[in-house]
Amino acid sequence: MRKIFVEIYAHFSKEGEITPISFVWLDGKTYEIDKIIEKRPAASLKVGGQGIRYKILVRSKVLYLFCDENRWFVEFIHY
Amino acid sequence: MGRVILHCDLNNFYASVECLYRPELKNKPVAVCGESELRHGIVLAKNQIAKLYGIQTGDVIWQALKKCPNLVVLKPNFPLYIRFSKLAQQIYSEYTDLIEPFGIDECWLDVTESTKILGSGRKIAYEIKERVKSELGLTLSVGVSFNKVFAKLGSDYKKPDAVTVITKENFKQIVWPLPTKDLLYVGSATEKKLSSRAIYTIGDIAKSSPEYLKRILGKWGEVLWIFANGLDTTPVTPPLFEDNIKGIGNSITLPRDLTSYEDAEYVIRMLSESVAQRLRQQYLKCFTIQVWIRDSSLFAITRQEKLQTPTFLAREIAQKAFEIFKKNWSFKNSIRSLGVRATDLVCANSFYQLEFDSLKKFKLEQLEKTIDRIRKRFGHTSVLPAVLLTKPDLPCEIALHNKIHPVAFFK
Repeated sequence: MRKIFVEIYAHFSKEGEITPISFVWLDGKTYEIDKIIEKRPAASLKVGGQGIRYKILVRSKVLYLFCDENRWFVEFIHY
Repeated sequence: MGRVILHCDLNNFYASVECLYRPELKNKPVAVCGESELRHGIVLAKNQIAKLYGIQTGDVIWQALKKCPNLVVLKPNFPLYIRFSKLAQQIYSEYTDLIEPFGIDECWLDVTESTKILGSGRKIAYEIKERVKSELGLTLSVGVSFNKVFAKLGSDYKKPDAVTVITKENFKQIVWPLPTKDLLYVGSATEKKLSSRAIYTIGDIAKSSPEYLKRILGKWGEVLWIFANGLDTTPVTPPLFEDNIKGIGNSITLPRDLTSYEDAEYVIRMLSESVAQRLRQQYLKCFTIQVWIRDSSLFAITRQEKLQTPTFLAREIAQKAFEIFKKNWSFKNSIRSLGVRATDLVCANSFYQLEFDSLKKFKLEQLEKTIDRIRKRFGHTSVLPAVLLTKPDLPCEIALHNKIHPVAFFK
């Protein structure tokens, strides 16, 4: 499992809430987030870090996207 | 119904945060140590594996490495620890607003009222422990009891990741067999005094008479008797009510020993800059200046003197501190650490007898307040007294990581 820092595109609401919309992956392609399944504070014990964890659905795959002090990373299982 | 107090203690705090951010260290012995180049090289925290090698907080790095040659030594990252401390307090604040921090990694929580809605103290303790584990990735030991002293004892009783409940019914079985040093405020000197009189356990303290303990230990004897019998009634005081500050001080262990008055004046000036800035931030002035000196053999003295009028001026604090220093130190030994502290605090706006040079003082106060504003915008080193640029081998500012050390139990 690897920690991949990503660039994200997000929507900032008037109330200050951040909703990630898409992110740029290692291959340079931008992937849309189809659905945010869950959002809660959590620690990433597998790759290290702590922040707001978004459980997201991208092209029918579930991924964990973390916002750790304004840096965003994905817990990525490397097959 | 009695009080329900929780004491939450984040286990091996600094080391746990470091291991969280470096999962590759999970199965290795890890110690967070001060910087050896700056001669702060002691173990500040260690993880569970390092503990098995007998490494203790306060060990010098070389001692720790002797005990465990493959120890991973990390430098501390205080901003990160402060962030985690605040996150933990945010979780606690969802259970009660009566939270009293005791250092960066410990807090007392009074959940007496919350138990009416959220369930028993034990239930709340388990819930908090699980939330800290899942949300912060850290383990927590919680003591649940009817007073602060036993709650703290409970959090030390089982570690890591445990909840211990000490009630009025079971405290004699749990607390009394423990050694005296486990009780709050029993240090090594007190422990020695007690054991020389065959008082080995907390139960022995409880069964002794308070008069006898007072004869041995002074007023602390009575306090320990109250603690041991579960009669402590100290309230959980949130910092908002605690901020009646008694003193502001800064001290530093230097990268090299100080051998001359010129060196000492330099360091005193640097420390006074910080103390004065903090006084101004709190809108306070001080009447008394204390100087703390520790030499290379770790012998330490503290001396203090009063000022004629209260001040928050760095130059006045430094002048007085250096005067005290010169009167009390002859440089038979070189100096390893030095501290300056301002006490007898009064509100900065209080009125006092005018002096002949009041206008001059007023102008100096305006000048130093302006310096504060410049430092706030451009950083601390943007304006410095020229003297602080004369010794490149000594630091010219101290990092303002204040409030990391535990605060006093009695306020």
